[in-house]
Amino acid sequence: MKVLVPVKRVIDYNVKVRVKADGSGVDLANVKMSMNPFDEIAVEEAIRLKEKGAAEEVVVVSIGVKQAQETLRTALAMGADRAILVVAADDVHQDIEPLAVAKILKAVIDEEQPGLVLAGKQAIDNDMNATGQMLSALLGWSQATFASKLEIEGDSASVTREVDGGLQTIKVKMPCVVTVDLRLNEPRYASLPNIMKAKKKPLDEKTAADLGVDVTPRLTVVKTTEPEGRKAGIKVESVDELIKKLKDEAGVI
Amino acid sequence: MNFGLTEEQSLIVQTTRAFVEKELYPHEAEVERTGHLRMDLVREIQAKAMDAGLYAANMPEEVGGAGLDTLSWLLYERELGRANYALHWTCVARPSNILLAGTPEQREKYLVPCMKGETWDCLAMTEPGAGSDLRGMSASARPDGDDWILNGTKHFISHADIAGFTIAFMATGEEETPRGKKKLITAFLVDKGTPGFTVREGYRNVSHRGYTNSILEFDDCRVPASQILGEVHKGFEVANTWLGATRLQVAATSLGRADRALSHAVDYAAQRRQFGQQIGKFQGVSFHLADMATELRAAELLTWAAGWKFDEGTVTEADMSMAKLKATEALAFIADAAIQIHGGMGLMDELPLERIWRDARVERIWEGTSEIQRHIISREMLRAVGG
Repeated sequence: MKVLVPVKRVIDYNVKVRVKADGSGVDLANVKMSMNPFDEIAVEEAIRLKEKGAAEEVVVVSIGVKQAQETLRTALAMGADRAILVVAADDVHQDIEPLAVAKILKAVIDEEQPGLVLAGKQAIDNDMNATGQMLSALLGWSQATFASKLEIEGDSASVTREVDGGLQTIKVKMPCVVTVDLRLNEPRYASLPNIMKAKKKPLDEKTAADLGVDVTPRLTVVKTTEPEGRKAGIKVESVDELIKKLKDEAGVI
Repeated sequence: MNFGLTEEQSLIVQTTRAFVEKELYPHEAEVERTGHLRMDLVREIQAKAMDAGLYAANMPEEVGGAGLDTLSWLLYERELGRANYALHWTCVARPSNILLAGTPEQREKYLVPCMKGETWDCLAMTEPGAGSDLRGMSASARPDGDDWILNGTKHFISHADIAGFTIAFMATGEEETPRGKKKLITAFLVDKGTPGFTVREGYRNVSHRGYTNSILEFDDCRVPASQILGEVHKGFEVANTWLGATRLQVAATSLGRADRALSHAVDYAAQRRQFGQQIGKFQGVSFHLADMATELRAAELLTWAAGWKFDEGTVTEADMSMAKLKATEALAFIADAAIQIHGGMGLMDELPLERIWRDARVERIWEGTSEIQRHIISREMLRAVGG
């Protein structure tokens, strides 16, 4: 079985995000970029499937600017076998919307014919949480989102999902799209020997136009603002007062 | 000229830094406060470092290392250098390159266990009466049949307490040179436990808590000739051939700590408010930050350039000395300035600054003092014009 993992180049989670002066988005000039952490978990899971013998090949795909090549090299250094870069933008500030990403992925999947797509549940930059779901609809494949456990059993996959208030285990028919949550695994370090080997692994480059997908935005960003600063708290005089406020004002007890 | 990092180099930095921040930083306070690095902790971190291919990555691929070019190795050293020295040196060890000088049998017996993390090496050169003047040493070895008999004392021997063996440099003769009589030196591999070889607890010192130094005593210690590393009387040459880049290692690890101190200073200058504004808005602070960053970049460029020239085969002694001199002096300045920007808080062990400041002190002394580096640099300049 071939596993396909889409990976996105996003602003590093440690970076203190700044909004551009014109409010059109987040300033990405000279900012540290990394692989979306959920995608890293997906790559790790795919590599583990390969190590367990449940998969033969791990193919990683990134869609966006040419620099996304660095993200793909990271995935290759972690242990993925092959990478595909789909250049769909010149400007680092142009975000490709989920539907366009899903269409590009579908075109790649039509060529690659993987048995499983493992994707991050969402990218930490725009938090859309839509690509995996859209992709499964376009492919007509079953989907299992927010996976915290994944087991392949013949031609189906058993997926434990993190849902509100608990866990839900479902069985989906393969091929399928699984989006992964935070607790599925802890990604490994790209090891030094694998980093040195990564350069020799194949990285194919295509464009969105090659795949016949129009990436023109359908959404308009009206405004981007920084979150409001946290308001100062209040001091209570006694435990009774605290309980009263929690009951009457906060409504939590 | 291309000053950019390759994709591999960026990834090496990324992996090493992530490892240092996640696996080493959380244990720093314990090692600093107790002055001791627990062996069970060492084993735990060692295993992770091996999984990440970071352990002994300085070594060539054919002996199980990562086969890094010199510049990549220095980038890796810089990232490791951010952390407490005992932690990074012990848990992510870099066996001495001098072990590559060994015969196949010596490599098997000494290098292989170091690569596997089963033991560590230690170099014994310094003596109470011989520091920078290595060829003035008094510890000696004399032949006796097929064996050699070692006598004398070495001190300041780093991590000899955990090392399974030492590479001891001993005077085995004398020769006339234009600058007077100089000792001929031979390097011996001596196993711990060899009769007549004792490792005693060394001195408590200001820098690198948890990273020990020991006193080594050789009292009619008998070792077979097969324990000689390199050739008889050629110990100085073996050291020069294989230990040349250790000055760059000191430079690179110093850069890591300097960078860590600087980022603390920058963050603090942006957060801390006094007299109604961020302290970074005061020129007394901001100009300091600018000088710190400029010194750091200058030292980095000297170090990376020397590393690059090392692989090109064009590096000179002066190149490596300049890098070591500049990087260690820059670290001292940056650590001091970072504390000044923090005020009283900079002195507290809640932050890594007080230890970076303490640790900075030894860097200007070991692997050749700043004065020796200046001597090497100027000697090269003067010799070129007949000086």
